[in-house]
Amino acid sequence: MNWILDAYHWCATTFPTLTMAVGLFLFPMLPLIIAVAMYVWWERKVIGWMHVRMGPNKIGPFGLAQTFADVFKLLLKEVIYPSSANRKLFLIAPLWALIPAFAAWAVIPIGPHVAWSDANAGLLFLLAMTSMGVYGIILAGWASNSRYAMLGAMRAAAQTISYEIAMGFSLVGVLVLAGSLNLSEIVQAQAGAKGLFDWFWFPLLPMFVIYFVSGVAETNRAPFDVAEGESEIVAGFHVEYSGAPFAVFFLTEYANMILISFLAPILFLGGWLSPFPASWGVLGAPGWWWFVAKAFFFATAFVWFRASFPRYRYDQIMRLGWKVFIPITIVWVFVAGCLKYFGWVTAGA
Amino acid sequence: MSFQLICFYAFAAIAVGAALAVVTVKNPVHAALSLVLTFFTTACVWLLADAEFLAIALVLVYVGAVMVLFLFVVMMLDLDLEPLREGFIRALPFGVIVAVVMLAEMLALIGVRSMDIVAPADPAAAAGLSNVEWLATALFSEFLLPFEVAALILTVGIIAAVPLTLRHRKGVKAQDPARQVRVDPRDRIRVVKMAAETSAVQNGTLPNQESSAP
Repeated sequence: MNWILDAYHWCATTFPTLTMAVGLFLFPMLPLIIAVAMYVWWERKVIGWMHVRMGPNKIGPFGLAQTFADVFKLLLKEVIYPSSANRKLFLIAPLWALIPAFAAWAVIPIGPHVAWSDANAGLLFLLAMTSMGVYGIILAGWASNSRYAMLGAMRAAAQTISYEIAMGFSLVGVLVLAGSLNLSEIVQAQAGAKGLFDWFWFPLLPMFVIYFVSGVAETNRAPFDVAEGESEIVAGFHVEYSGAPFAVFFLTEYANMILISFLAPILFLGGWLSPFPASWGVLGAPGWWWFVAKAFFFATAFVWFRASFPRYRYDQIMRLGWKVFIPITIVWVFVAGCLKYFGWVTAGA
Repeated sequence: MSFQLICFYAFAAIAVGAALAVVTVKNPVHAALSLVLTFFTTACVWLLADAEFLAIALVLVYVGAVMVLFLFVVMMLDLDLEPLREGFIRALPFGVIVAVVMLAEMLALIGVRSMDIVAPADPAAAAGLSNVEWLATALFSEFLLPFEVAALILTVGIIAAVPLTLRHRKGVKAQDPARQVRVDPRDRIRVVKMAAETSAVQNGTLPNQESSAP
């Protein structure tokens, strides 16, 4: 192991930028792309089981290679431009959606202070990056020169902006209790003798629920997927996309879902902390496996929602975001302030 | 030349180029996107100056929210560009005057600042805190009153915007969930108690309609 670290240090000191670029490709980009492929397979499999079907099972063992086959099919297809589409923006739009989705991973810690950028303003950076992703959707809708795409883009943008507010407020609760914007410190602030009940989901239960539901709405997933409601506007903002640009949109959506699935444990479920008492040996020890297990649960919940709930109507979505979630979070910010002020919840062990 | 300096010049050049593009490109959507690029590169320059909170807040507020709304409006308007261009020569002298006055003001400000004020040491570094922590401490202790006043002004602005745009049109078929919940069954149906009609059938005194039905 030592020679690997030595080699890394030599590279990092001699070519810092190059090392950073290669490192960013190896982690998180490459694992993320593979994780997205696996996630798509898992989604189709789980929904299949919930429908009492088999799901993909022909290509590779258990159909595991199905997504890779689909990806290669998409990449090799012709890209069709709609007539009088704005070609440049039509191609920039999927990239503009993808890059923030990847950039957000720079601050995600996989252990105590183990992250590409252990930034002090990590959570703010995340919010900034996720708020930039909406440009890709708006531009895709506009540049396609298509009514359905435009309607889908408008819906997606309005929905994303609305739920960002509720999401931001639920993060304020976490910030108040943790006293830090650094994601590692937010996780460390949830450590404590009470174990499971020291995590922020307990004092901030309404915010935890609102955070995850807003995350589902942010990523335009069922039951909030009116932006691509097939029954009304065909496929929404990406209706005119084919081949590789469509694959990029697909990748972005799933990368964002995985991001939300990793953020929910960091903010509310103690990240890599173990739910069991420390005296339980391996089970009680914190580790990345807990983090991945929690994230896997949320990722599966996305799929579960899709198989279980009918699509919300558009005005119902807006009502839920503005008239239910935002008032509840504002009240709970006050509650969180009281919890902190009177010392009922303390950060850290 | 250090890497940081190269980055600074690159970001500065992109910011100036994008700012020029905002006022020169023909398509309003491209102009709005150039403005987004200007904000973003400015945020990068601020990051180089260790002002991380300010930089991320710029991206979050201006790029993430304000410019999205801008873009929204520009896309929805479907502007006809020709009439906008017509008055260019007429408005040019006035525009030049405004630009010159602004330039003079900025130069004066820079001149005054550089004359007698030596840039103080970074207070965050002096206090041994991160940029965000120092800013938060200063904002919520030293400058609490201005902060609260600013918050109040923003709240008033939000509430004012809602009544201004709130219009109740007649004949809209939107559902009002509050009214739906408040519905009383007695408003919709009336349950009538009636005596059983067996005796009528036995007596054969029913009207003829039933037998004449097919």
